[in-house]
Amino acid sequence: MPKLKIEDLQKISEEVRRTTILREGAGRARVTVHMGTCGIAAGARKIMDALLKIIEEKNLKDIILTTSGCAGFCSREPMATVELSGEAPVKYVDLTEEKIRKIFVDHVLNGHIVADYALAIGSERTH
Amino acid sequence: MKPYRVNLMVCAGTGCVANHSFEIRKALENEIKKRGLEHEVQVVATGCNGFCAEGPLMVVQPDGIFYCRLTEKDIPFLVEEHFLKGRPVQKMMYVPGEAKTPVPKMSDIDFFKNQMLIALRNRGLIDPEKIDEAIGRGAYTALAKVLTSMTPDEVIQVIKASGLRGRGGGGFPTGVKWESCRKAKGEPRYVICNADEGDPGAFMDRSIIEGDPHAVLEGMLIGAFAVGSSEGYIYIRQEYPLARERLVIAINQAREYGLLGDDVFGTGFKFDVKMARGAGAFVCGESTALMASVEGRVGEPRAKYIHTVEHGLWNRPTCLNNVETWATVPVIISRGAEWFTSIGTGDVSESPWGGSKGTKVFSLTGKINNTGLVEVPMGITLREIIFSIGGGIPHGKKFKSVQTGGPSGGFLPAELLDLQVDYEQLTEAGSMMGSGGMVVMDEDNCMVDMAKYFLTFTQDESCGKCIPCREGTLRMMQILQKISEGKGTEEDLVLLEDLSHYVIDSSLCALGGSAPNPVLTSLRYFREEYETHVKEKKCPARVCRQLNVYTIDPDLCVTKGHGCGVCRAQCPEKAIVGEKNKAHTVVQDACKKCGVCFDVCKFGAVRIS
Repeated sequence: MPKLKIEDLQKISEEVRRTTILREGAGRARVTVHMGTCGIAAGARKIMDALLKIIEEKNLKDIILTTSGCAGFCSREPMATVELSGEAPVKYVDLTEEKIRKIFVDHVLNGHIVADYALAIGSERTH
Repeated sequence: MKPYRVNLMVCAGTGCVANHSFEIRKALENEIKKRGLEHEVQVVATGCNGFCAEGPLMVVQPDGIFYCRLTEKDIPFLVEEHFLKGRPVQKMMYVPGEAKTPVPKMSDIDFFKNQMLIALRNRGLIDPEKIDEAIGRGAYTALAKVLTSMTPDEVIQVIKASGLRGRGGGGFPTGVKWESCRKAKGEPRYVICNADEGDPGAFMDRSIIEGDPHAVLEGMLIGAFAVGSSEGYIYIRQEYPLARERLVIAINQAREYGLLGDDVFGTGFKFDVKMARGAGAFVCGESTALMASVEGRVGEPRAKYIHTVEHGLWNRPTCLNNVETWATVPVIISRGAEWFTSIGTGDVSESPWGGSKGTKVFSLTGKINNTGLVEVPMGITLREIIFSIGGGIPHGKKFKSVQTGGPSGGFLPAELLDLQVDYEQLTEAGSMMGSGGMVVMDEDNCMVDMAKYFLTFTQDESCGKCIPCREGTLRMMQILQKISEGKGTEEDLVLLEDLSHYVIDSSLCALGGSAPNPVLTSLRYFREEYETHVKEKKCPARVCRQLNVYTIDPDLCVTKGHGCGVCRAQCPEKAIVGEKNKAHTVVQDACKKCGVCFDVCKFGAVRIS
C-alpha cells in the first residue's frame, strides 16, 4: 500500500462516502421500494435491481435506497416513494423498469417530479 | 464497488461478543447469502454500541432501526421479513421499561438521544478494523491540519485554551502537561497512552479502543508533534484481548499508510508506537508505576515531586495521557477550542483549572436498568445520567447511592442526585471524576458492606511499597469486618475515620490517597447505617448476614409450603428441624447465619429480623 499524502485522505473519504452516508442516514435523496408480498409479486424486485444498477452505473454515493412493506394500495404495485432531502415524499405507482429509470433521472437527480407516474405527494398521517 | 443498500451494524464490543454476537454475524451472513442479498446487504462488526444491557445488538442503516437481545434462531425470520420484504420486526426491537410498544429507531431511544458523542464519535458507525472507514469519518484530518499549518506551540495553546483535563482520573489540564513536557530538557522524549483501565465495572477505555482505535493513534500523533516526541507506548492490559487485537490491526494499517513511521504524510515528521502489555495490576494505572512496568521493573509508584513530564520513562521527559483524553484531542484540533469550551461548566479563559469542559464517558453499572457506556456533557446532573439515560433502578426499588470514579471514588446519596457532574463538584462532595466508573446501588445494598467490598479491592491491589497504604487499608478492612459481624464499637467508627485521613495524607501515590474515599463518604452520608450496625447490631439492608436472625413463619410454611423441607435439606449446619406438612423451625444456637434457607424458600416463609 502506498504511503499517504495529505490529499489522499480526501480521496479515501470520497471512496467510502457511500458507506459513510448510508450509515449516517443522511443522503440527499431516499428512494423506498415497497416490497410487501403484493409488491414482490408485481415485480418490485426488478425495480430494486434497476435502481441498484443505476446507482452503480452512475457511481452515486449520496442516494439512500431502502425497502418497506406493503404500502396498502396493492392494485397499483410495484410502488416506490422518492423523498428528496427537505421535500415532501412522492409516491409512484404501476412502475416498470423504464418508468423507474425516468423517475430516477428526472426526480431524484434533477428534482423534477414525474407527474404522469405519481400517485400523490405526501405520506399518510400516522396520528 | 457494488452499492449496498443496507448496512447491518452488529455490535462486536466485548459485552456483545460474550453474548455471541460473532455467531450472530455469521448467521446473518449465511442467511443473507441464502436469500441472494449479499450484494445489497452488508454485515459490519462495529465497536461497542454502548447499550450493553440489551446485547447482542444490531443497528440497521440507513434507517437506524435498533434490534436487541438477538439470538441465532431469530436470524432467518429477521432477514426474510426486514431485508427481503422490508418489514422491520417489532419483536426484536427495544421496549423501554414499563412501555408496551417498541421504539424502532435508535435515535428515539432515551438511552441514546440524551448523549453527546465526542470521544465516541464513531461509535457503531465504522468497522474498527478498516482504516478507510475511519478516514471516511474524518480520522487523521486533524493530524494533517497540525502538520501542515500549526507549530507545536500553537497546538499546545489550542489544547490549553480548550480546557481539556485528563480523563484518566486526576483531571490535570492536558495542555499544561504538554507544555511542561515540551519545555523539559532531555532527549529522546516519550508519549504514553495509559490503557490500563483497572477499575471494577469500568470499560470506557476498552470500548474506545475496540470501537475506534485510530482516534487514539491520531491523538497520540498530535501530542507527539506538540511535545517533540518520536516514540510512543501504549500500555494496555493483558485482559483486554479484543482491544489489543484491534489496536495491533490499526497500528499496522497506519504504518502501511505511512501515518506512523519516519515520514508521516511526507512532511518529515517521525513517530511510531510500541505496545506494552500490563499484567492486570491496578496500581500500574498510576503513571510512575506504569512507567516502571514499561521499563521492565516491578510496577511500583514513586514519589511525584519529581515530575514525569521531566523525568518519566527511562528518566526522560514523558507525556502520559489516558485513552479517552487522546481520543478527544483530534476533535478539539478540528473544531477548535472555542467550540469545546462551549460544552461543560466553569470558565477556563483565565486558567485551565477554572472549569470542566467537553464531555465525559461513563460506564454505568450496578443496580440500573440500562447498563452500558454513555458519553455526556460535563455539568449534566447525576439524576439525568441515572434516571433519564440509565432508565432508573430495576424492579421498582429505591435508589440509595451512586459511586463515581471507580473503587476509590465516594458514595453519593440521593440528596446529591442533582449535583452537576464535573471535577470540582464531585471532589467537593467527597468523590471524584476518576476514570468514569459509575456504580449504582439500591435499597438492598448495605453501605458498610459496599465500603468493605471496594476496600477489599484496593487493599488487595495495594503494591505494598508504603506502609500507610499497605497496613492502613488492612486495618481499616479489619474494622469494617468487625462492624459487619456485629462486633464493632462506637470507638471503631472514630478510629476508622481517623485512619482514613492518615492513609490519605501519608500514602505515596493516589491509590492509597483515595482508597479510603468509600469509607469516608459512607460515614459522611450514611452514618446512621454504621450506627445501627454498631449500636443495635442490625443491618438495615439485611446484607451483613452475621447480624441477621433467621426464623420461619409457621403459618406460611404449612399453608403455602406444606412443610416442603427444602430448607432443612439444604441447611449445611442441620439447624432446621421439622417434618413434611408441619411447620419447620430454626434452631438458633446451631444457626451459622449463612442465609441458604432464605435463598431456597420459594414461599417467603423464611424471615430475617
